Amino acid sequence: MPHAVAPTVDHDDEFFWNGVKEGRLLARRCAGCQRLAHPPSPMCPQCGAVEWEVLELSGRGSLHSWIFSRHPSEPDDAARIVALVELDEGIRLVSNLCGIEVDAVKNGMRLEVVFAEIDGVALPQFRPSGVED
Amino acid sequence: MPSLNGRAAIVGIGQTEFSKDSGRSELQLCAEAVRAAIGDAGLQPPDVDGSVTFTLDPNDELDVMRSVGIREMRWTSRTPFGGGGASATIEHAAAAVVSGAADVVVVYRAFNERSGRRFGQPMSGPRPPAMDWYLPYGLDTPAKAYALWFQRYMDKYGVSNEDFGRYSVVARRHAATNPNAWYFERPITLEEHQSSRWIVEPILRLLDCCQESDGGVALVVTGVDRAKDLRRPLVTIEAATQGNTMLGETIFNYYHSDISRFPEAEYTAAQLWRTTGLRPDDIDVAMIYENFSPIVFYQLEAYGFCGPGEARDFIAGGNIELGGTLPVNTNGGLLGEGYIHGVNNIVEGVRQLRGDAANQVKGAERVLCTAGRSAVVLGRG
Repeated sequence: MPHAVAPTVDHDDEFFWNGVKEGRLLARRCAGCQRLAHPPSPMCPQCGAVEWEVLELSGRGSLHSWIFSRHPSEPDDAARIVALVELDEGIRLVSNLCGIEVDAVKNGMRLEVVFAEIDGVALPQFRPSGVED
Repeated sequence: MPSLNGRAAIVGIGQTEFSKDSGRSELQLCAEAVRAAIGDAGLQPPDVDGSVTFTLDPNDELDVMRSVGIREMRWTSRTPFGGGGASATIEHAAAAVVSGAADVVVVYRAFNERSGRRFGQPMSGPRPPAMDWYLPYGLDTPAKAYALWFQRYMDKYGVSNEDFGRYSVVARRHAATNPNAWYFERPITLEEHQSSRWIVEPILRLLDCCQESDGGVALVVTGVDRAKDLRRPLVTIEAATQGNTMLGETIFNYYHSDISRFPEAEYTAAQLWRTTGLRPDDIDVAMIYENFSPIVFYQLEAYGFCGPGEARDFIAGGNIELGGTLPVNTNGGLLGEGYIHGVNNIVEGVRQLRGDAANQVKGAERVLCTAGRSAVVLGRG
């Protein structure tokens, strides 16, 4: 099991982590101009609104870039793949990629979200689309 | 519109040795570098009335004044974004002296980054909420954060870690003939690079990473008219600017539409070329901030020294070596000389223009010092 640092939840990202606990991948959409944002910021840079709606995302996307994270000075920490995911809604999210061997990872591959508890922290994770449990 | 360009100069440089364990306080390193720079300019500590450093620098301005003997200062400022703001220190200092807010400004950066707090270690302790998007997934070191950006570039252009290694070999070759470098007389081969351990697979090996160093550097900036009366050869600040963008992040680039590019550096470059009328061909030496070797590739392309995806061939073709079309990091850079957060590269730029660098590029008249998100062009007055 990798070591997971728990998020320090604050005003601007509390909705996201509450969603993760319920198994939902959420993003903020501006109530004024409908601009979707991730990471969220407290004011919409497009229209200046501070009111937001929460949008449940499809959880589908493609792999934009990735690394194999295996810290050289902490060999006891299990390795994992860190992924930058381009979601179908047009925003990017950093997460982990699981259910695949490193040699098979390719940018552009289709992914879907799953939710897991890693080291006591509820996190969204991604796996190749169509992979069964 | 008024411009900073050509109206300020770097008149003094100073430094400590670059080591892995300085054996003294960060404040002492800072005071030694500042005092050396003031002396190099032929000035006295009371002549200084302004200072600039990094928001991350541990040395309080008042402590520096007390240690060095600077009596009164009417200008202080600090630049954000860590090493990305290294060249912005010169912009701040030039802005102060050109506007009249100060007359003589000292820029300093000093730390025990190897024997004290090491930046490359996994983040722990208090952290900004924005790190919630990265730390829980294991993205907890600068090497990993940058590598997730670099992978897209490698994949798009078919660039390998071996290609990155060709930069590291050049940096260490330059360091090998620079007595000021930690890796003086210790060049590496590409085979040694390829056998160094992975730091972030499959992107960065150990020999792609900058050093961790203890040390301090300082520079003194004043107006160009006063500079002409001082003792050192005139080194002018031809242009200085920053590149901060709305979708940018401090140490990575995940949200711009095309992350195989470096929009902050492209914006910085565009401003430098536009305001000076210079072109890439006019640059004789490029000092390029490299916490990790791939960032050199991004910056060579952002500045137009080569086209997108062409840095691999540009480097492999020998262009960035001494005697090449664009000698890069002639001191060995942050991989070879030392990691004083990029400011030691600006000191090298001054030496090249004074004509007394260890690896002197003959007749160098213009030096670009870029830290990605900030840059200066220095000229021989």
